[in-house]
Amino acid sequence: MRICLTIYTTEMIHRSMTKLFIGIDLGSTTVKAVVLNGQVLASAIRPTGANPRKAGEAVLEQILEKSAGPIDKIVATGYGRVSFSADEIVSEITAHAKGSNLLFPDARTVIDIGGQDSKITRIDDHGRVLDFAMNDRCAAGTGRFIENTAKALEVSLEEFSSKSLASQTPARINSMCTVFAESEVISQIAQGTSIEDVSAGVHASVARRIKAMVERIGVEDQVVFTGGAAKNPAMRKALEETLRVKLTLPKEPQLVGALGAAAIGRDGY
Amino acid sequence: MTETKKIRTDVDNETFWREVGLDVERHDDLIKGLPPVFESVFLTQKNRPEKISYFDSFIQDLHGKRPKEVYDRKNNGDKVIGAFCAFFPEEFVHATGAVPLVLCGGAEFPIADAEKILPRNTCPLIKSSFGFKISNLCPYFQSADLLVGETTCGGKKKMYELLGEYVPTHTLHLPHKKDEALSRNLWFEEVKKFKGKVEELTGRKVTDEKLLAAIDLANRKRLALARVYNTRKADPVPISGKDVLLVMQLALFDDAERFVKKTNELAEELEARVDRGEGVAAKGAPRVLISGTPMTIPNWKLHDTIEKSGAVVVTEESCTGTRYFTDLVDTSDASSSDDLIRAMAEKYLHINCACFTPNNERPVDVVRLAGEYKADGVVYYVLQFCHEFNTEFAKVERALRAVGIPVIKIETDYSDSDRGQLKTRIETFVEMLKASKASKAASVSKEAGIKASATGS
Ligand code: SF4
Ligand code: SF4
Repeated sequence: MRICLTIYTTEMIHRSMTKLFIGIDLGSTTVKAVVLNGQVLASAIRPTGANPRKAGEAVLEQILEKSAGPIDKIVATGYGRVSFSADEIVSEITAHAKGSNLLFPDARTVIDIGGQDSKITRIDDHGRVLDFAMNDRCAAGTGRFIENTAKALEVSLEEFSSKSLASQTPARINSMCTVFAESEVISQIAQGTSIEDVSAGVHASVARRIKAMVERIGVEDQVVFTGGAAKNPAMRKALEETLRVKLTLPKEPQLVGALGAAAIGRDGY
Repeated sequence: MTETKKIRTDVDNETFWREVGLDVERHDDLIKGLPPVFESVFLTQKNRPEKISYFDSFIQDLHGKRPKEVYDRKNNGDKVIGAFCAFFPEEFVHATGAVPLVLCGGAEFPIADAEKILPRNTCPLIKSSFGFKISNLCPYFQSADLLVGETTCGGKKKMYELLGEYVPTHTLHLPHKKDEALSRNLWFEEVKKFKGKVEELTGRKVTDEKLLAAIDLANRKRLALARVYNTRKADPVPISGKDVLLVMQLALFDDAERFVKKTNELAEELEARVDRGEGVAAKGAPRVLISGTPMTIPNWKLHDTIEKSGAVVVTEESCTGTRYFTDLVDTSDASSSDDLIRAMAEKYLHINCACFTPNNERPVDVVRLAGEYKADGVVYYVLQFCHEFNTEFAKVERALRAVGIPVIKIETDYSDSDRGQLKTRIETFVEMLKASKASKAASVSKEAGIKASATGS
């Protein structure tokens, strides 16, 4: 038995030392890549622009400069995954599940708020998807909702977020539809509501949408928050307050999908 | 029967379309969309059964050969009767030599037309069907002498009233409850009344002898379909879900006798494939059961997405699936004309449509089918704004979870606007099934290993 185990691990180490596994996450706003063997060797992020395939190729080049070795497998995920010629594709939900598990073995729930969709995923101790919920085709409950209102009020996303944190009495935003919410927000400002309160209201509205999805499938500790919106402190605060859970944050929340894709290439589902 | 009549299939399509009053210019836009979709959904598949070619050629000339055939029969004095639901006692239609057609729309194209009259938050099947008529876009529709509606969901019921302003429409009163004596009698009377309606329209009598022959024909159609479905229980599965869906969809359009023959030929080929262990997907590919609302031509979106994600659809609990053929009309105890009609009425009341309340047979049936077809997971399909099937999900989901079968609900319409999200949902679900299959296989082999070493020592 012990001999067996030793052979197994040596082989694993051998395999992981020599071969590179690449995960590419082609999102709607940014393209991310991670190179993995035994550990993460390199990563890169760049804007998607008009052509996801080109952006994918560029980001691939970028990481290969930082890490040399024979490539074993490239696994693509994210919205533009089909436009890129990879060895394998996986959905972003499966990729985020795996990536979260790799970073936090105790993770059981993953909340991913992306540019155009948001997903809640329950996972097991191997990072396998047990159940998931996803917003329907409208942008409410996604990062786009916050971006759009910030744009409508002509402030940067960072500023919008930090103003939210200063609010004592968040405004109530009732419209679920981005288009209506935009005019609702503008009329609230016109009526004298502070931008701080409006911003906190917008973040809370996204959090409520997420809560509705979470309630469908349930939530279990540890809850990992991934995707671009995880870098927004106002969003984190709103989510923690609305869901009454403590969120675990990856150091680089945007890279979780690419990391998961690379890990699936290496270890399978 | 038809050989004695002159079939002018040599007339070119456009002349024919003008003759039946199609809006030819707009129809051109509609019909030119079909070949590329058909090509990418069906013709890119590998290792299809040979006998599917008949169904391929049918669809490739969907608005040509067959509608001409129908139109010619009409000109020769046979009536054409169209319907929109599985609650369509087609036996009377066959018995009078009339042509039955199911005209449910599955295309996005006429929906904008329909929305000028129908509310936008109406199910796409209703809007598409209605749009085809009011815009003169469907050559089958143009031939219809009578349309048959039924009091199923609210959307359809009210649409039939409006449709009746364009074509004579007879609406069958289907009871809401299926298990009560009162309901059964009501439905029996309605079916009987429909017989009278068909006799009046065609000027031909439905004799017992003719009705028995028609019942036999409709039963043979159901049996042929059941035979095809039966082969899908094998692993590897001998035919893709898409191809079976195509066959199912044409069951409602084709000449019944010819359809039975072609479907049996296909079934024979599939049975031989099963014997040889030959399949269209790899052995062990995740198997999916689809349950829910019907899918009519050219609504292939869900099957296509599932099968392009590496899973295979092994059965459809749907009116373009098992609900259409599962029960036969059983005339063995019939000793009068009324008995024959009662036997028909009974068969139809066994269709587990979500329009019934309660409809507890349906969750049970979905679980049964999942077991028989060895489904790894269920995709519950809801056409947007269909409250009946959407609400009934809660019960079907509970029944499936109780036996440990994963299920996902997909609510969608005919448009392409949600393609990306649909793909993400379906792919994740399929990846989930793959992962759970892999971990089951691993634990089985681990157990086997433990057992082997235990017996070894
Ligand atoms: S689902 Fe119900 S209403 Fe729709 S075709 Fe089937 S039986 Fe008719
Ligand atoms: S799918 Fe639902 S809403 Fe649409 S016609 Fe059938 S029962 Fe009615």
